[in-house]
Amino acid sequence: MDPAEETALLDSIQKWVDREVRPVVMHHDHNDIWPAELVDQMAEMGLFGATIGSEYGGLGLPATTYAKIVSQIASYWMAITGIFNSHLIMAVAVERFGTPEQKAEWLPKFATGEIRGGLALTEPNAGTDLQAIRTTAVRDGDDYVINGTKTWISNGLNGSCFALLVKTDPKAEPRYKGMSLFIAPKGPGFTTGKKFEKLGYKGIDSAELIFDNYRIPAANLIGGVEGQGFFQATGGLELGRINVAARGVGLAEGALRLATDYAQQRQTMGKPIADHQAIQLYLGDMVTRARAARLLTFDAAEAYDRGERCDMQAGMAKYFASEAAVKNSQEAMRIYGGYSYSKEYEIERFYRDSMLMCIGEGTNEMQRMIIAKQWVKRNPA
Amino acid sequence: MKVLVPVKRVVDYNVKVRVKSDGTGVELANVKMSMNPFDEIAVEEAIRLKEKGVVTEIVAVSIGVQQSQETIRTALAMGADRGILVVTDQPTESLAVAKILAAIAKEEAPQLIILGKQAIDDDANQTGQMLSGLLGWPQGTFASKITADGAMVTVEREIDGGAETVELKLPAVVTTDLRLNEPRYASLPNIMKAKSKPIASKTPADYGVDATPRLQILKVVEPSKRTAGVKVKTVDELVDKLKVLGAIG
Repeated sequence: MDPAEETALLDSIQKWVDREVRPVVMHHDHNDIWPAELVDQMAEMGLFGATIGSEYGGLGLPATTYAKIVSQIASYWMAITGIFNSHLIMAVAVERFGTPEQKAEWLPKFATGEIRGGLALTEPNAGTDLQAIRTTAVRDGDDYVINGTKTWISNGLNGSCFALLVKTDPKAEPRYKGMSLFIAPKGPGFTTGKKFEKLGYKGIDSAELIFDNYRIPAANLIGGVEGQGFFQATGGLELGRINVAARGVGLAEGALRLATDYAQQRQTMGKPIADHQAIQLYLGDMVTRARAARLLTFDAAEAYDRGERCDMQAGMAKYFASEAAVKNSQEAMRIYGGYSYSKEYEIERFYRDSMLMCIGEGTNEMQRMIIAKQWVKRNPA
Repeated sequence: MKVLVPVKRVVDYNVKVRVKSDGTGVELANVKMSMNPFDEIAVEEAIRLKEKGVVTEIVAVSIGVQQSQETIRTALAMGADRGILVVTDQPTESLAVAKILAAIAKEEAPQLIILGKQAIDDDANQTGQMLSGLLGWPQGTFASKITADGAMVTVEREIDGGAETVELKLPAVVTTDLRLNEPRYASLPNIMKAKSKPIASKTPADYGVDATPRLQILKVVEPSKRTAGVKVKTVDELVDKLKVLGAIG
């Protein structure tokens, strides 16, 4: 992408963040309010079509530019990036694996934000071990009838359509061969359960989706063929991991920004605390960590844009950037001292939000296993 | 009606400018550049007039180095229709800019030219007035409110001690003050669409203008540092201190 154009996009995002997001973030975060106005503005800004191809009305942004946008917004309020990111991962599944008819029908509406939603994979007993899901879809004439429960689904309450992973053949061996992915708009038989109370990641709704004889046309089976669901769902995860890495970068950089400002204002023993060696050691670590996280993330995003397999790079970026987010927000709290524990300051939000980055989108434990397996595979004895 | 909006590429208002070590100017290398904020207000006002149906076409003009094209793109992304880039590597002085704009105005025949009242780099506050003089058009400077119909434009101006309302016969020159409006930020789709809007590339010579600087900058220095203040506990102490300083008798 043309660097001047990318700069223009990021400048506009910054103006939007400064004018619209920053004034409302604390109120929405503390009261766990879904930011309806910001969501309308995101639609107007084009964020719901950021990575969708221009032939479907999206912006067709490369992963690198998209990751920069995500990290920039996340450095002020991470949670709202989930509103368009889960949505875009759903769109990626349709764009990469859908039939021409499915793309023509759904992608233009996804791009404008007229239909918003997310990805429905996780179940009460299946997260990282995705092949253990129990939701089933049974063919009945021209329809499928779906039964089961999904949990922790981002945008579950406010979204209206989900990429839904089910078993079309629960007895298949290996298990992934029995899995299929559907475009599932809300309708009769598709209800939502309670909204989860969370430590952080406030403002965005994470909810249970319940399917009780939910009937959808067979035309909604992504790609039109059963048994492809596992690859379709995990195919979007590389981008998903790059995205979570970008959020981690944003949190790490945001915590650093807050800590840097505070360390230069706050005086002890007659000088700004930034002049004290104890604080400098923290800042030195934090800057380095944030920079390393950024470089790893864009390394993965560039590989993705080149069309290369990048699960190892994306895994490393996600793992490192999320840990960097946690560490930087913790160390920013050390720099803030007592005030870090006050809800009148923003840094406590970074502390609450950052931990999710280590757990969501494939736990960091899982990431390290993926990285190691890939590494060994690439370096056979 | 057609509106001409000149836009200048300046150091972003958030940047803390530093004087170059040789004292010849301020450091521009690796510094974020943006559209002059008063010009953003001018672009916004032109767009609002277009949204009201008063204006049919908005032409954004920038005079300066090649990268001023980005400033025009910003205006196009906000909603201007096309651009004219007048490329020169020389420092742009108000009179030369006014002469080029006057020549463009004769070619384009706009009914209204809306400029920022000044640019935040040299704070000259001259170009609009000079342009009005060169063209022989009426001027409404420091506008805080603009109402236009087909024949007239009414400008509420900020002046010392209040507001003055003037009515100008079109064509006219208007310069914007800070409180005229709050400029929009361009949406991402509009930024991408702005790529396909046309920008004509020109030089001062195309307009018969000699843009050679007439002013010579002798030196640029940083403002002297403020000395630390003193805190006083009581009004009596304050009065004593002021007396010592000779500030009061």
